[in-house]
Amino acid sequence: MRTLKLDLPLNPSIIQSLDIGDKLLLSGVLYTARDKAHQRLLQLIAAGERLPFDLSSSTLFYCGPSPVPPNKICGAIGPTTSSRMDPFTPTLLEHGLRVMIGKGDRSEEVQKAIRQHNAIYLVAVGGVSALLARCVTSFELSAWEELGPEAIYKMQVHDFPCYVGYV
Amino acid sequence: MQAVGKIYCQPDTEVIRLIEETASSESNPLARDMLQSIVDNTRYAVEDGTPCCQDTGSVVMFIELGEDISFDQGNVTELICATLEEAWERYYLRRSNVEEPLISRRVLQNRVVPIIHWKLVPGDRVEVIIGLKGGGAENMSVQKMMAATATVDEVKEYIVEEVVKTGGRPCPPVIVGVGIGGNFEESALLAKRALFDPLGRRHPDKDYATLENDILTLINTRGRGVMGMGEGPTALAVHIRTKSCHIASLPLAINLDCHAHRHTRFVL
Repeated sequence: MRTLKLDLPLNPSIIQSLDIGDKLLLSGVLYTARDKAHQRLLQLIAAGERLPFDLSSSTLFYCGPSPVPPNKICGAIGPTTSSRMDPFTPTLLEHGLRVMIGKGDRSEEVQKAIRQHNAIYLVAVGGVSALLARCVTSFELSAWEELGPEAIYKMQVHDFPCYVGYV
Repeated sequence: MQAVGKIYCQPDTEVIRLIEETASSESNPLARDMLQSIVDNTRYAVEDGTPCCQDTGSVVMFIELGEDISFDQGNVTELICATLEEAWERYYLRRSNVEEPLISRRVLQNRVVPIIHWKLVPGDRVEVIIGLKGGGAENMSVQKMMAATATVDEVKEYIVEEVVKTGGRPCPPVIVGVGIGGNFEESALLAKRALFDPLGRRHPDKDYATLENDILTLINTRGRGVMGMGEGPTALAVHIRTKSCHIASLPLAINLDCHAHRHTRFVL
């Protein structure tokens, strides 16, 4: 198993060089987006409206964080099951998304779209949310506060561990 | 309150012991690395007071209530809800329920709605099992009314296939609860209750004990390993609970719990 320290956003040549099973320690910005956020992103795309972030330079993390206690940077963070985002992913890939972090397998259609667009799907271990929270250096709400844990949060991470699932 | 305070940041100790053992003997570096992160996370969660998983779950409870007991503090369910709400605020747990399941799915704030399974028992004892059940593993549940003439091998194969095909989605290595018999809803209850049997306990009936072992072995032979990444254990235990059923039926349910397996039992 190779371990590589990489800065986000991942550029296409780096993505090409990675293999399934590689361990990555990522530093940079992640945007959380799960079920409801994905529904809204696709509604915005269909309506030709602006998204809360630029897809092509953003790393999506399928995550609904727990609340931030006082004097802490963030609550617990960790991946949710990626297959629930499968219906929305090919469209996001068509519109520029390249890097996604979640857990669990993806559909054949998503795997094909990942290969087609030279994108990458990374797996973070589920249930190690205290460990992942220690990698967060800043955390803020980015969009759609009314969605609670399903809102889009922007976090800066340092050496966030994940593994290449599909590339 | 104390129960929630203990289990939100501490996975099941038997599970962690098993994972520690498995991690140290695991030859595949990827699986070993992931298992080690689970072990490390347990320490960090307790040190930091951070939930071991951000999906702090929905609450499921099995309460055995002695028939001789009467409550003088009002409605006991409301008391449980109020205590859980206080725990949710105190430990900064995630609001992981919606008000209603289909139309608006607005996040339920300011109220925790547990799912409680009550059972009346003789005497004046109250035994409570409380679990924090995440959505990922719960979503992999299955219930099927098998043919009454289905063989042990057919049932075994069905269970193994259903668990193997979940891949990494329920955060393996998982605990597998199986309910056989009862009726449609009872089989599901049996499966859920089976999850909370002590890990590694041997089934009292030798045929079901063999079946549990066989299913566990087959799942780990054919399964997709730690987090579905291909190596290491897929399941840590299989527990079966059974009940009498109709002569025309063979109800079967499978409920999974993730490796955090957050639950505890106490007696009042």
